[in-house]
Amino acid sequence: MSDIQIVNAPPGVEGAGFFATSLDKAIGLARSHSLWPLPFATSCCGIEFMATMGSHYDLSRFGAERLSFSPRQADLLMVMGTIAKKMAPVLRQVYLQMAEPRWVMAVGACASSGGIFDTYSVLQGIDEIIPVDVYVPGCPPRPEAIIDGFMNIQKLVQTESLRRRNSPEYQQLLAKYGIQ
Amino acid sequence: MGKLSNEEVLQKIKDQFGESITNVTEPYGLLTFETDKASITEVLTSLKNDPVLQFIFLTDITGIHYPEQEKPIGVIYHLHSLVNNVRVRIKVFLEEQDLNIPSATPIWKGANWMERETYDFFGINFEGHPDLRRILNVDDMTVFPMRKEFPLEDPNRVDKKDYFFGR
Repeated sequence: MSDIQIVNAPPGVEGAGFFATSLDKAIGLARSHSLWPLPFATSCCGIEFMATMGSHYDLSRFGAERLSFSPRQADLLMVMGTIAKKMAPVLRQVYLQMAEPRWVMAVGACASSGGIFDTYSVLQGIDEIIPVDVYVPGCPPRPEAIIDGFMNIQKLVQTESLRRRNSPEYQQLLAKYGIQ
Repeated sequence: MGKLSNEEVLQKIKDQFGESITNVTEPYGLLTFETDKASITEVLTSLKNDPVLQFIFLTDITGIHYPEQEKPIGVIYHLHSLVNNVRVRIKVFLEEQDLNIPSATPIWKGANWMERETYDFFGINFEGHPDLRRILNVDDMTVFPMRKEFPLEDPNRVDKKDYFFGR
């Protein structure tokens, strides 16, 4: 017997020879287990991310085997490390190049709030320039924390409505950041 | 120890520039003196070209801000004589209304980025610099962040406000 586990089917109606569920749930299930992360690692949180991707913690168990170093094919932007104000336009450009649907995870104190770098040259949290879905606290966070953040992203992906990205609320959120 | 003592170096400089060399000190054995912006170019040139002294290496140019002084903003040059293994530190203080000083780029090409950095952080205008613009900070920054009147902490920071900690 193989001990490979298969994800549970989303809630739906089951009968003899058929299973019915909503398209949202089916697509959410598929997407959440095939997220392609783009690691935007600038400092020590990036080192923790390497441990997370390595065989011991193995982020590929969650379907994130394939890191996308091109933003155009990535689903999840993982910002790990201090973002200097001079780096901010670069990060924003990377975010703009990602196709919808896209998610953003701020890993560590620096990406979330500026961390110890409360100074004139450092961006005080990436949410000043791009919308963030999940914040992972820690300085740096342990791989378990990064995995926990990733699983929270998966939950968001599973429960997201297919219409969310077209909703006026979402447009408003992007407009707040000056993104069309 | 270097081949030249600080006294010998100082004597040579004083012979040539006399009155414009002031405030001579030797903290931690590093010969330090002040001069003015009218003579700084000549001082640097003669230190570099003197056949005995040979201060051919410009270690650093940086700035400093003492708001309480009459001339609050300083430019500091560190020179190193590789042949004699002696270093000197030269300070020039400027008035706040007139932050201009001749560039050292004609003497050392390496002064280019050092002066850009000093301009970036202190707003000192190096006259004759080929390309004096910001080098480390974002281009649209409007302040000179190493001046004392500039708050070190970012005003946009929200998570360190006192009410989060019951203060």
